[in-house]
Amino acid sequence: MKSSFRQPSILPGFGLTLGFSTFFLCAIVLIPLAALVMKTATMGWQEFVKVLLDPRALASYRLSFGASMLAATLNSVFGFVIAWTLVRYEFPGRKFIDALIDMPFALPTAVSGIALTAVFAENGPIGQYLAPLGIKVAYTWIGIVVALTLIGLPFVVRSIQPALQEVQRDLEDAAETLGAGRFYIFRRIILPTVMPALLTGFTLAFARGVGEYGSVIFIAGNLPMKTEITPLLIVIQLEQFEYAKAAALGFVMLVMSFVMLMSINLLQAWGRRRIVAASR
Amino acid sequence: MAGGPSGVVLAELASRPGRDTAVATLIKLTFIGISLLFLMALLFAPLITVFAAALDKGLAMYFASFKDEDTLAAIRLTLITAVIVVPVNVIFGITAAWSIAKFEFKGKSFLITLIDLPIAVSPVISGLIYVLLFGAQGWFGAWLQERDISIVFAMPGIVLATMFVTFPYVARELIPLMQQLGNDEEEAAITLGAGGLMTFFHVTLPKVRWGLLYGVILCNARAMGEFGAVSVVSGHIRGLTTTMPLQVEILYNEYNFVGAFAVASLLTLLAVVTLIVKSLVEWRADYKKR
Amino acid sequence: MMNTNRRGMAGTRYFAATLRVIALVMLALAGVSGCGSSSNTSGGDAKSVTLLNVSYDPTRELYRDVNERFSADWKAKTGQQVTIKQSHAGSGSQARAVIDGLQADVVTLALAYDVDSIQRTGKRLGANWQTRYPDNSAPYTSTIVFLVRKGNPKQIRDWSDLVKPGVAIVTPNPKTSGGARWNYLAAWGYELHRVLGPDWKKKLDDPAAADEVGRAQASAEKFVGELYARVPVLDSGARGATNTFVQREIGDVLLAWENEALLAIRAMEPGKVELIVPTISILAEPPVAVVDTVVDRRGTRQVAEGYLSYLYTPDGQEIAARHFFRPRNPEVLAQHRDQFQQLEEFGIDEVFGGWQRAYATHFADGALFDRLYAAVKR
Repeated sequence: MKSSFRQPSILPGFGLTLGFSTFFLCAIVLIPLAALVMKTATMGWQEFVKVLLDPRALASYRLSFGASMLAATLNSVFGFVIAWTLVRYEFPGRKFIDALIDMPFALPTAVSGIALTAVFAENGPIGQYLAPLGIKVAYTWIGIVVALTLIGLPFVVRSIQPALQEVQRDLEDAAETLGAGRFYIFRRIILPTVMPALLTGFTLAFARGVGEYGSVIFIAGNLPMKTEITPLLIVIQLEQFEYAKAAALGFVMLVMSFVMLMSINLLQAWGRRRIVAASR
Repeated sequence: MAGGPSGVVLAELASRPGRDTAVATLIKLTFIGISLLFLMALLFAPLITVFAAALDKGLAMYFASFKDEDTLAAIRLTLITAVIVVPVNVIFGITAAWSIAKFEFKGKSFLITLIDLPIAVSPVISGLIYVLLFGAQGWFGAWLQERDISIVFAMPGIVLATMFVTFPYVARELIPLMQQLGNDEEEAAITLGAGGLMTFFHVTLPKVRWGLLYGVILCNARAMGEFGAVSVVSGHIRGLTTTMPLQVEILYNEYNFVGAFAVASLLTLLAVVTLIVKSLVEWRADYKKR
Repeated sequence: MMNTNRRGMAGTRYFAATLRVIALVMLALAGVSGCGSSSNTSGGDAKSVTLLNVSYDPTRELYRDVNERFSADWKAKTGQQVTIKQSHAGSGSQARAVIDGLQADVVTLALAYDVDSIQRTGKRLGANWQTRYPDNSAPYTSTIVFLVRKGNPKQIRDWSDLVKPGVAIVTPNPKTSGGARWNYLAAWGYELHRVLGPDWKKKLDDPAAADEVGRAQASAEKFVGELYARVPVLDSGARGATNTFVQREIGDVLLAWENEALLAIRAMEPGKVELIVPTISILAEPPVAVVDTVVDRRGTRQVAEGYLSYLYTPDGQEIAARHFFRPRNPEVLAQHRDQFQQLEEFGIDEVFGGWQRAYATHFADGALFDRLYAAVKR
């Protein structure tokens, strides 16, 4: 029975560590989330559907998931460049910048939101140069993407960094000696090694962006149908003492995020197996 | 040959064959340029805004902000919360990463997804679920009230909500790294007769220490900076259940911009602590190696 | 192989040591900041007592003063040392916190609807709470006014000017902000008054005038709809809206509580904005109440009731006036007449039939606000 559940390994501690982490997962995450599901279940099926398919709710899903996807993509590209720069190059101020990467985490989200709005508003230090170009960032969906990019940045950089540090430089050197081009080395050696970490970073940045509230409400404008994110709809329901409706929206976001996270994790597991199979 | 791994990298670069050095330099400058530009617009500009606002009325006013009793209480509460939350999450992270990265079993992706879940949960919901559990109308509400135990709107609620929010970080840093590194060295150690714990501490931990460090840093930063979830379970009682981020909001709403951004700047100074810790670890490791 | 292994071990040892050092430093920091604030906690014996006042955002400055003065007053009268803890956030979320178990001895919120909710959902106080203190249990009032830019470039004098072409309005979201509901209802009331004429309040109750009232209501719906079509940013709270208007320089006019507007003029860069008082506006009554279940359990009823009564004393009224809330006491009000301009005020009960009805008609899910907003956006 057990052997079919897991592949044999000589390493010890499987039962202990898996048991402990599962227990902890249940206590901290699953039981509280069960409360959310139960609360959702207190409302009727029809009401549930009505809350979910409300045009405003639909518009907000599009915005929340779209903006998060865009922000996570931006972060994957620029996060890789930043991680690469920080790991591979030496330049003045490198360590300081490296330390600053975690800032979006330590900074309360409300502060990030206020500060970004101040910077990108039409009278702000960056916004005043964008306004004549016809680009409005604060109080539009672009502002939301900017805020979510900031929030998600540490995920991507901090996921890629350790992986890049572990890339075997001698492998690259060997390839180079054998005449491999820069792009070939990147595609065949660096990217496969970093890919799992990059995907993890993307996933986390995306997931975080979907639920983000504090920083977005300051920069979004919060106009229904246009710049209203799903977490704001949840708050609106709570303000009306509609716990069940709030829980329902939270539940839907949870399910959608779960499906997305799950597919990315499955994709990653598949990719890993393929690499393992190819190396045999 | 001084310096940390960066020194090693430099030395390695210098010893490489001289092929395309001009192109290499160009690429390097482009990469640094893109990184700096991106960070400038997104990270430095808001940070400068924070510090500019904090120092708007001069250094004296900046430091005076920290004499406020409520602010001190908020700093203390935040530190206590982090001191409880971070070690717990480190233990969880390590055990979860060991079981997931070192073994192949069914439902692994499912388990990883469950661990990721708190990141995807909106902070508002993260707070709400504890209210649904422990609030006066919640599952355990009546039971707790009879025994005069308060969880939400008191410190336990704040700790729980923070733990939920920071739950995935250490595990999520360690899992991909440990997967990428493979099991060969651990298997060799076990074959040679080392025990499980010994293998972990002497073989695995040295390899993943950077990942672990990043995980701890992220977890700690997030624990101190969390606003949304804590806001729901805090009750906002001044000097009692306000954490630093909540205190920032309070001060900001009082039009005390200097005070608000001073407390916020204190949180950004975490970065400096990070810097020192990382340098220490690098330096120690490097020192011992020689 | 040997080499890497030894290096790894040493690294681990120092890594662990560093982590221990961090933990120690953090504990030490926690201890130090703890010493700084340990003096402010007080026990619960007969000589000293603590109260928790759960309030909404704009009253922070007010209650800081009230608490200090009441504390001294109570000590002089009874010899008991009273410490009042404050909690401030949005009115609705504060009500929710009390329902969910926040141990508030007294609540001082933005609207009676929120206290009603505590009464209905949480059963934490008697249904007659609003008659326990004079003036609907609202010791001070406020009204909705306009803030405009210096020199009033868009010439905004009254509600009708808000819907002139090219005027952008900043007001928070009535779905998330208690204050914003007053803004909305004030605008609605203005239009009813304009259409129905001076004896509008009588007509609203008169079945014979139903047709006329119906037309007026339709006109009000259109007016408020046009007003919200001009809102570029719907902040989630009143202070957020004030910051958007003053600091980000968005919009031409801010709809705000009078006390918020006066405070903003004083607290933020002076001379940037001006106060405009319209001809007619709503009488905003922020209510206060003792939370029965909490005070009875904690044995703090006497001091909690004393606290709320203090708000009605000339001293309490004077403090309210100094924090820009209109006092109920006519003498205190007269002393501050230059600050509080006269205008016609209407109550929520006489025009909207009370908060419960106003809420159901205007702010509930799918009610008027949602509908007119949807209509505007098409």
